Amino acid sequence: MNRIDSAFEKRRAEGRAAMIYYITAGYPDVATTETAIDGLAEAGADVIELGIPFSDPIADGPTIQEASKVALENGITVQAILDLTGRIRQRHPDLAILLFGAYNPILHYGEQAFIDAASAAGADGLLVPDLPPEAAAKLHTAAEAAGLAMVFLVAPTTTPERARKIAEASRGFIYYISLKGVTGARAEMPPDLEPRVKAVKAMTRKPVAVGFGVSEPAQAKAIAKFADGVIIGSALVKLVGANAGKPELKERVKAYAGGMIES
Amino acid sequence: MSQTTTTLPLLADLPDPQGYYGRFGGRYVPETLMAALEELETIYASVRHDPEFHAELNELFQHYVGRPTPLWEAKRLAETLGGKARIFLKREDLCHTGAHKLNNTLGQALLTKRLGKKRVIAETGAGQHGVAAATAAALLGLECEVFMGAEDIKRQELNVFRMKLLGSKVREVRSGSMTLKDATNEALREWMARVEDTHYIIGSCIGPHPYPMIVRDFQSVIGRESRKQFNEQVGGLPDAVIACVGGGSNSMGLFAPFYEDWDVKMFGVEAEGEGFLTGRHACSIGNREVGVFHGARLFVLQTPDGQITPAHSISAGLDYPGTGPEHCFYAESGRATYLSVTDTEAIEACRLLCRTEGILPAIESAHAVAALPKMLPQLNEGAKVILGLSGRGDKDVYTLRKYFEE
Repeated sequence: MNRIDSAFEKRRAEGRAAMIYYITAGYPDVATTETAIDGLAEAGADVIELGIPFSDPIADGPTIQEASKVALENGITVQAILDLTGRIRQRHPDLAILLFGAYNPILHYGEQAFIDAASAAGADGLLVPDLPPEAAAKLHTAAEAAGLAMVFLVAPTTTPERARKIAEASRGFIYYISLKGVTGARAEMPPDLEPRVKAVKAMTRKPVAVGFGVSEPAQAKAIAKFADGVIIGSALVKLVGANAGKPELKERVKAYAGGMIES
Repeated sequence: MSQTTTTLPLLADLPDPQGYYGRFGGRYVPETLMAALEELETIYASVRHDPEFHAELNELFQHYVGRPTPLWEAKRLAETLGGKARIFLKREDLCHTGAHKLNNTLGQALLTKRLGKKRVIAETGAGQHGVAAATAAALLGLECEVFMGAEDIKRQELNVFRMKLLGSKVREVRSGSMTLKDATNEALREWMARVEDTHYIIGSCIGPHPYPMIVRDFQSVIGRESRKQFNEQVGGLPDAVIACVGGGSNSMGLFAPFYEDWDVKMFGVEAEGEGFLTGRHACSIGNREVGVFHGARLFVLQTPDGQITPAHSISAGLDYPGTGPEHCFYAESGRATYLSVTDTEAIEACRLLCRTEGILPAIESAHAVAALPKMLPQLNEGAKVILGLSGRGDKDVYTLRKYFEE
């Protein structure tokens, strides 16, 4: 069974939500990313979204834009991220790894070649935010054949008819975008989030995880009451950036993730 | 190319129902924007053949923009270039606000009203599209915010002031290379956040479907008028049409109405900046690398790792790392030929047109003039050519002075 599926299954059996962490690969360097992921794994993270930086990230807010820019300046490549994936897999055999990035670098690497390499490195799935299901046929087919889960997103603006198609196409889980706009920590979550997530859950038996804007344990706790997974992104990226190169990086990441998981 | 031998699709089938021109185009955007693009497609389909909508737009074209713009035979220019061809300038530089951009912004501003939205946003490089968007918004009573890179704001202070004078806000973009591509990224982000009350007026034949089609259709007034004027003034059809290509809106506007005139040759001119071999250029078609950028599959400048690289051109309007999908299709299918000229050649062509015709073109448009010596040898003697003169050069006077006085 795919590690993403087993992670959600395990949490569901425990009556808890799965904790998913996004981290920009290579920000500010590969060693930092690797150490931070060790911290996340030790804290009990279920899924790591390993972000592949892109020069023109249109869905991202200032934090991840900046992280992507720095990572690229410091020479991160798709190949280096695939290599990193392989190392993480060896150290953390049960941690689910979802490769997360814009379509162009994957297209340029070669869709089939990327899937082959990702699968060989031990990745469990991929999410390409600017590739809607109707344009994803080739990559989706290749992923399916390799046993990689291709995750698709549902937005607050998605019509119910589209949401049903997306839920059907998505593997692993359905990524529910909590708010309109870009990624980044927000002080408050939208008040109608719960009914909107429940509406998607009513369409499918697949897990639904909520991301965009989540930064505080209290927010994670509130979302965990009605969603199958909670996704933390920019707030973690910021923490990693602030502690890069410091000996306490791993412990700080572990404490932050632990605080989220405890909540 | 003749009609009997071609296997090209008809204009009505460009794009196909999924928004593709051959293998180019499509819709590659975050899910948050999908509903808005579908809505835009639906509303546009409903007005595309609506006589009332077009009557309103034509009224604006005639009495506000100043259309039809003249088709002027540039005899002294032709003579200077050897006298073996006749050259006709389609004078979009005489449009209100000084360039073809207003054709599209007025069309999309009217569309905004049909969408029931009251606010528009736009991206701009040099400021021409920003000014045209601000102008259309002022005229039609819409709120407007223009996204502009911090670098471009520095280089184009007067256009920034002009947009503010027109009642628009100007949002300074400090991400990435702080130029047009980053302004476009930021406009897309803003659209994601306010998609319910805001329409994004894209300024060129780029972006996700249906944008390249919408911009082409509104700009096609250039080619329709040219075709009619040429027939009235000269008779028949020209042998070739030529225009500069950045994203590709003025050229596509000129080309599309001649698309099915299979014997009319088409030449697009890309900005070669400091020279193709220096790597500092904007020749995304010349470079022939396919990628997905700003929502569509197209030719785009990129690194071996699929990261987009900034373009380089002295003309801000051509300083964009991709070319619209329909041009990519024209290039790959052979329907059009793409040439390139350097910054220096374009600047020299500005002076040439000033001195032979008394017309100061935008540096963008001067790229087409500069390419004539490369194009004419590919035509028969006595060939008749229409050149899209997309804008006037008043905005470039400082750049030109700097070049000629140094």
